[in-house]
Amino acid sequence: MTILKSENVAIKSQNDVVLIRQKTRAWAAEIGMSLVDQTKIVTAASEIARNTLVYGGGGEAMVEILENESRRGVRLTFEDNGPGIPDTSLALKDGYTTGNGLGMGLSGSKRLVNEFELFSKVGNGTRVVIARWK
Amino acid sequence: MDRIPILQMSSFLLVTIQVDMHDELAMTLQSDLTSKITQTGAKAVLIDISGLDMVDSFIGRMLGNISAMSRVLDAETVVVGIQPAVAITLVELGLTLAGVRTALNVEKGMNMLRKSLGETDSELGYDHPEE
Repeated sequence: MTILKSENVAIKSQNDVVLIRQKTRAWAAEIGMSLVDQTKIVTAASEIARNTLVYGGGGEAMVEILENESRRGVRLTFEDNGPGIPDTSLALKDGYTTGNGLGMGLSGSKRLVNEFELFSKVGNGTRVVIARWK
Repeated sequence: MDRIPILQMSSFLLVTIQVDMHDELAMTLQSDLTSKITQTGAKAVLIDISGLDMVDSFIGRMLGNISAMSRVLDAETVVVGIQPAVAITLVELGLTLAGVRTALNVEKGMNMLRKSLGETDSELGYDHPEE
């Protein structure tokens, strides 16, 4: 697998969440993803970026364009040094929330992408990786 | 501070969202709209989101809140112009916008609102002249 392009974006404010949406959209369009697929990865990126900001207290996102054999994709890696998630399988359940949201962000995002990984350690932070192939 | 403009046309309030909203902008719109309904006594709210290329759970929740709040304030809300890709993504995300009335475009949305206003008016015995 080759990384064709990579950029880091700090997540410190709500504007950074918008910035990540726009970058994801631009790069997904650049590799010729369909409009529906673009919208799916952008929406998932928005959900996870908001989690990084709200629950993780801010962090960083790495946006990449990948090439695997003949196909291309967009991958985003979100990292924060927040409190972490004690029970990741519970956090991935529809409707579960510790905040005042709908509890659909994390579980719903998983359905919108081809690859989804969630690593978290209490006290050490959280890393979420999402990817969608063209 | 950024604000999304709310236009008034007789008893209708019209909102067109054309920018990629950050969360606070969405929250501001929610409170601006509720104040405007109370100030003007508006009976109907039309929100055009054809300019939005993405609706995530936060914006979805805001649309649901606006619909519920305006209903409590005796106004009807209709959300129009949801792009097909946005509709597909919303449902897959797990949001069906339950409790939010939708129409395909502004014209259909206005007709829907006029119809429900007309019905309410006649129930109350008011005259509601046809155009």
